[in-house]
Amino acid sequence: MYLADRAAPAEGAAPSGGPRQLARAVSSTVLALGAVSLITDVSSEMVTAVLPLYLVTGLGLSPLGFGVLDGLYNGVAGLVQLVGGHLADRGRNHKLVAGLGYGFSALCRPLLLIAHTLTPLGAILALDRTGKGLRTSPRDALISLSSAPEHRGRAFGVHRAMDTAGAALGPITAFLILRQAANGYDAIFGVSGCIAALGVLVLILFVPGRPRAAAGAPAEAAPARKRVDLREAATLLKLPRLRALAGCSMLLGLTTISDAFVYLLLQHRTGISDEWFPLLPLGTATGFLLLAVPLGALADRIGRRTVFLAGHGALLLGYGLLLWAPAGPALPFLVLALHGTFYAATDGVLPAAVADVVPEALRGTGLALVGTGQALARFLCSLAFGAAWTAWGDGPALTASAVGLLCCAVTAGVVLRPTRTPQGDQ
Amino acid sequence: MTSRTRLLILAVAVVLLAGLGTGFVLHAADRADRRTRPRAGGPPVVAGTVSLDRPGQLFFVDMAPGPYVDHVVSVPADDPGGTRTATPLKCERFFAAAGTGVCLQSDQNVFTTGNRALILDASLHTVRTVPLAGIPSRARVSADGRFAAWTVFVGGESYGAAFFSTRTSILDTRTGTLIPNLETFAITLNGQQYHAADDNFWGVTFAADDDTFYATLGTAGHTYLMRGSISRRSVTSLTENVECPSLSPDGTRIVFKRRVLAGSSLWHLTVIDLRTLKETPLAEHRSVDDQAEWLNNSTVAYALPTPGDIGSDDLWSVPADGGGTPQLLLPGASSPALLP
Repeated sequence: MYLADRAAPAEGAAPSGGPRQLARAVSSTVLALGAVSLITDVSSEMVTAVLPLYLVTGLGLSPLGFGVLDGLYNGVAGLVQLVGGHLADRGRNHKLVAGLGYGFSALCRPLLLIAHTLTPLGAILALDRTGKGLRTSPRDALISLSSAPEHRGRAFGVHRAMDTAGAALGPITAFLILRQAANGYDAIFGVSGCIAALGVLVLILFVPGRPRAAAGAPAEAAPARKRVDLREAATLLKLPRLRALAGCSMLLGLTTISDAFVYLLLQHRTGISDEWFPLLPLGTATGFLLLAVPLGALADRIGRRTVFLAGHGALLLGYGLLLWAPAGPALPFLVLALHGTFYAATDGVLPAAVADVVPEALRGTGLALVGTGQALARFLCSLAFGAAWTAWGDGPALTASAVGLLCCAVTAGVVLRPTRTPQGDQ
Repeated sequence: MTSRTRLLILAVAVVLLAGLGTGFVLHAADRADRRTRPRAGGPPVVAGTVSLDRPGQLFFVDMAPGPYVDHVVSVPADDPGGTRTATPLKCERFFAAAGTGVCLQSDQNVFTTGNRALILDASLHTVRTVPLAGIPSRARVSADGRFAAWTVFVGGESYGAAFFSTRTSILDTRTGTLIPNLETFAITLNGQQYHAADDNFWGVTFAADDDTFYATLGTAGHTYLMRGSISRRSVTSLTENVECPSLSPDGTRIVFKRRVLAGSSLWHLTVIDLRTLKETPLAEHRSVDDQAEWLNNSTVAYALPTPGDIGSDDLWSVPADGGGTPQLLLPGASSPALLP
């Protein structure tokens, strides 16, 4: 959707990337939501980083069997995401639903202080996932509603970069606390609770309750709307462009093997020592962090479809390197850089593209629909890849995924090709 | 609300929450500090020299508050309440037999996980260091000291998800051959060849023939008692719902933790006769999550969390025939290893 008239400075006035232009292009709401995500991710990842340690050395539990629960949680989180998106649209209060989601997760931290067995710990983790599921779509809807369409890619990029920065800072914070206090898991949970409370407070104070139309945003925001009910939400499925995006993201999700498998394959291929293994996700995060903003901005300029597909191209290249490249010392860095590039080119770009085709009143539901579909597809892919790995070994399983990814990407390229209607994604 | 008010509220909240957070850290640091100071009435412990080839000693990881907390210590097996002799070695998990020790360490910091297995000679000098993929869980040495085995929990394979698997390794200390992952062994499950991505082995125990071992295989939500052969690189299932086996000195029975209810983290110590596969529940009614150790052919020892003291264990003993009652063997202790 091209904008004919707007008061905001023209995009082409200066080369992108400077901090001042960034500040102009990204609304304060996006920065506030980015700060909330950063703070919340510090809080949650500091717990995630030490939870295994706490279970085994702190509580003396053997935490096997969590794998089963994990699949269940992911399913629950997907469904909750749909509920969260719809509730936010229904009450037209995205901030409230997102706030409830952040609040649920914040509530988990003090509860961790008093849970000492696996069953309540499982319940607390479920509450945490519920909070995460609840907040995701309303938050992304807020980002999209507070950004002008031609800057949405960048806005999501800024948000995802801040989010990932928090995720990287979390474990560091946790281990600094453990260094101060041996066995100080309660201190980690306590500090995590304080940080989570701060995140909720920043949301309450600095994120506007009703999304204000961004400078230059189309005038569709203003008129009073009728209540959004489930039947109206179902009309979303009649939007051909949304169907195309949801279908393609699911198709691509089916061939996107989970991070865990990428790291395991990388270890199989290069013989990375076990002690370095836990650091591999940090490599992906670094790539994601550095590239999220530039690639988001690039998506605004040259088209989200191009960048989204190029991101999957990077993933395909990563698969190719895992399959055929000689196992040199550069291989892990290349694969992780490509993996991070994949996330940077897709994770924020997809919701930006979805936001373009979903009417404002149904933004949360539309984002949730695509997000849930993608999560479900990735989960199925994990199961299928695990089975393929067992049946054929890792090489053939990855080859099958790569061929599947290539086919899906070509299909998506065709299905998502720009249309002549004004509903294009560029 | 003006933006000035908002900033003021934020500043006040930051100060309050930072104060609260600092309080949490200082409290934990103080507790960690107190843990290294001796407590009145605690077991007596002095630094000294020990040897892993001198019989009649009970080794364990000291968890009683004092300067030697987390250190490997020994007491005379016939006088467990006597003075503990402390070594300079700190371990998360320890085991020893006939002059060979294995010590699993975990130095967590920001950029490395610092998990490693130390292979020790009789005077506790490190002869080999093996980096570990995860958090130390179980350790065993064969009765003649030739083979060492350990299990770690591997987390972090899934970004931000609570997903765990185990990895079990066996080292031949005589030849130096390391089997990094038992999952590479050929598996026969209920008479069928078997392999799955979710295979997990844990809790090795060795037989006296320098080849046979027993371990748990967990897969698809079930756990199996496996008998393995190191030379043939294979394992075969014997029965189900057996975790963390420990073979009796006479090689006829295995004590293990039996999951009471599928999906729950409640285990009951049970002895299984290897000839008849008859199971005998032991008189310990609390949930035991440990690989028990035989003190002799009729008594087993195991760790239970110290009530009210998170992060500390006590060692208990109970008769292996299902009779009697549990006895407190050593307060503030874990990882028992008896040198017969």
